Amino acid sequence: MTTTRRAAVLGGNRIPFARQFGPYAEASNQDMLTSALEGLVARYGLAGERLGEVVAGAVIKHSRDFNLTREAVLGSSLSPDTPAYDVQQACGTGLEASILLANKIALGQADSGIAGGVDSASDAPVVVAERLRRKLLRLSRARSTADRAKALAQIRPTDIGIQVPGASEPRTGMTMGQHMAITAERWGITREAQDELALASHHRLATAYEAGFFDDLMTPYLGLTQDQNLRPGTTLDKLASLRTVFGEGEGATMTAGNSTPLSDGAATVLLGSEEWAQAHGLKPLAFFVDGETAAVDHVSGDEGLLMAPAYAVPRMLARQGLTLQDFDLYEIHEAFASTVLSTLAAWESESFCRDRLGLDAPLGSIDRDRLNVTGSSLAAGHPFAATGGRIVATLAKLLAERGSGSRGLVSVCAAGGQGVVAILEAA
Amino acid sequence: MARADGYTAFVGTPVGRRLASTLGLPRPVPLRRYEPGQPVTEGPVLVGGHGDTPALAALRGGLVAAGVDVVDEAGEDARLAGVVVDLTAAEDPADLESLRALLSPALRRLDRCARVVVVGRHPESASGVAQRAARRALEGVTRSVAKELRAGATANLVLVTEGAEAAALGTVGFLLSARSAYVDGQVVRVGGGSVPDAAVQAERPLAGTVAAVTGAARGIGAEIARTLARDGARVVCVDVPGAGAPLAAVANEVGGTALQTDVTDERAGARILEHATQRHGGLDLVVHNAGITRDKLLANTDAQRWASVLDVNLRSIVRMNETLLAPGALRAGGRVVLVSSIAGIAGNRGQSSYAASKAGVIGLVDGYAADAGLRRRRITVNAVAPGFVETEMTARIPLATREVGRRLNSLSQGGLPVDVAETVAFFAGDGQAAVTGNVVRVCGQSLLGA
Repeated sequence: MTTTRRAAVLGGNRIPFARQFGPYAEASNQDMLTSALEGLVARYGLAGERLGEVVAGAVIKHSRDFNLTREAVLGSSLSPDTPAYDVQQACGTGLEASILLANKIALGQADSGIAGGVDSASDAPVVVAERLRRKLLRLSRARSTADRAKALAQIRPTDIGIQVPGASEPRTGMTMGQHMAITAERWGITREAQDELALASHHRLATAYEAGFFDDLMTPYLGLTQDQNLRPGTTLDKLASLRTVFGEGEGATMTAGNSTPLSDGAATVLLGSEEWAQAHGLKPLAFFVDGETAAVDHVSGDEGLLMAPAYAVPRMLARQGLTLQDFDLYEIHEAFASTVLSTLAAWESESFCRDRLGLDAPLGSIDRDRLNVTGSSLAAGHPFAATGGRIVATLAKLLAERGSGSRGLVSVCAAGGQGVVAILEAA
Repeated sequence: MARADGYTAFVGTPVGRRLASTLGLPRPVPLRRYEPGQPVTEGPVLVGGHGDTPALAALRGGLVAAGVDVVDEAGEDARLAGVVVDLTAAEDPADLESLRALLSPALRRLDRCARVVVVGRHPESASGVAQRAARRALEGVTRSVAKELRAGATANLVLVTEGAEAAALGTVGFLLSARSAYVDGQVVRVGGGSVPDAAVQAERPLAGTVAAVTGAARGIGAEIARTLARDGARVVCVDVPGAGAPLAAVANEVGGTALQTDVTDERAGARILEHATQRHGGLDLVVHNAGITRDKLLANTDAQRWASVLDVNLRSIVRMNETLLAPGALRAGGRVVLVSSIAGIAGNRGQSSYAASKAGVIGLVDGYAADAGLRRRRITVNAVAPGFVETEMTARIPLATREVGRRLNSLSQGGLPVDVAETVAFFAGDGQAAVTGNVVRVCGQSLLGA
């Protein structure tokens, strides 16, 4: 296996993203992932087909979903002979899954496969307090009635209580928004700039829907035909009227309008070798060129929680001999508007690029007209593990429309101070 | 598979049968419907007519080859599964006696869901007035026999041009088989120009072909997709993006592909063609099934409501066909099947826009069938016109109205989506190259627009 071949993005399918406790409130991760797979299978005529593998994951997972992706495959029209596995890298899951599969295809270990991700912020596992959990396990171990009675007697009313998982960092106890607020302040990101980015996200997503852009990227689910969070009619005034939800006092800039809402949804991407594509009458949209993952120390406060992509991208660019300006399109996941703006500011900063990245000159700025041209997570919503699949499929289609050789950069930040980035190039 | 409606099931019970008989109520029977592997007929078929004609020889030979038990006369006790009457040689109304002589005793021996198929010549090609009258008379007698028949039996007329006798075999076979369960009192025209012979439809007659079906997410469209796939076609299932979820389910069920596009989109035709060509190597069959209703009295219909029905049901077909029927698009020998409606023939109160669109579809069939370019490429164009079909749409009709609609036909029951689909599959069949320009109603010989 000394030679590699190109892994192609052949298409994608997602279900519209819903807001937490919206129309998908009762849908499980398995339901949503299966539906997203079914739409993809139908679009590409894969019923009964054995694929190399399906790789996907969810960030918030029930313990019963240990084999989530495999179970989704078994519930789909794909051949049951299609193997599957789960990955989880927080919000980077979907993109990481795509890179993993692309690498296997490049190495000849697979000819085809589906990468994706799913998350439900509604159908979340409910966890009992740690003390109660231990006592319940002791109860289940008890053999005799006496032992059981004793174990039961150990449980105190104060033990009762449930924990619904939230987006907080285990090592800092701070939510993602609180982390982001610190970073935004550090980079001096204004409320106005964040609201403008949010506005552009909504307007661009709405325009894409009107143009039918998502007709071959999406299959409706449970009555939803487009992303529930989308507000086509939103204005700067409306966004400016929202109160801040993260950060403190005068300096607070982050609102529900310029932060992504908790969402439910699933997304999938079909990848394959050029030979496999041709044999199935499919035209590659784009090829995977490279991928890189980075992590930063957010625990000590040395770097912001969501800033890892700022490190991953320059490493990948150096490897590819590319500059930040060598791209026709940029897809930077909008965890918060300020995440995108802080990352761009870091790349424009001479001191950051010198001191943090060890570069002679800053990476420079990008043409904002090439950034998130069909909107991103602020408008679409962000079911954590589903975002990578949404972006890869969207970008591949956009690049194909722009013509052969056009290049796109993907950047996704993730919890735990991580970041996953990739380069796609139109076929 | 074919579940009888509540009333049909009830009159199938001893009590129900007695009650219906006493009160003179309709007594529908569950219709025999096609399943793969099924013989053309379950019993002997009497084949006869007026004189020894090429048609008679072709029919006898073809039916025997298809495994049909062909008999020359109705035995004393034997039950008949069908009667084929060849009147192609009728010169004068007096010759119709041959039909009576053959059919009259045979009708008493017909089995449940038996078939009567009358074969004649086109009246307009008659050489004289008497011959034309004799030929035209066949339609009257066939339609009346269809009304006389009971217990799920049907009668239909096949008009065949001289020299096209063997080509009519596919049509006769269809009308004898369970595939035509709800086709009753209809006239199918075969021939015109030089035509290839046709055999009685085999298993998987569409193997190796690529079909596109619009409006495939549910109802009749979904059943058409299933039936074409059953017959071997690779099916591109087309529907609006909003219907993507049921569309995906249908596409996966039939092992086809889903294409989400609105037929009124000006790029719809190009998308369908590109999808079929790129994914499946070409396009052989297009079924324009997508349709909507916006029922309202014309007095209350505004321009927008009117336009939406005409756009989806009629104008989109014309626009898509500009691309789909262009030279090099639909392959030579291809098939186009349109979906009209009984409302387009008879008219229906509160359905002026729908009836306009569905009558317009008949105009399209006439126009395309006369197109010399399409004829040269051996592309046929036909339409089905469903009557009362049990779908989600008709299930929403108020009970009393629904019951009336369901019973007002010779079979005293509603049709199933598969009945429409079988007729579409018949038009699509490889052997039906000589069947073009037809509008066949799938209506159980509805009293409307008869």
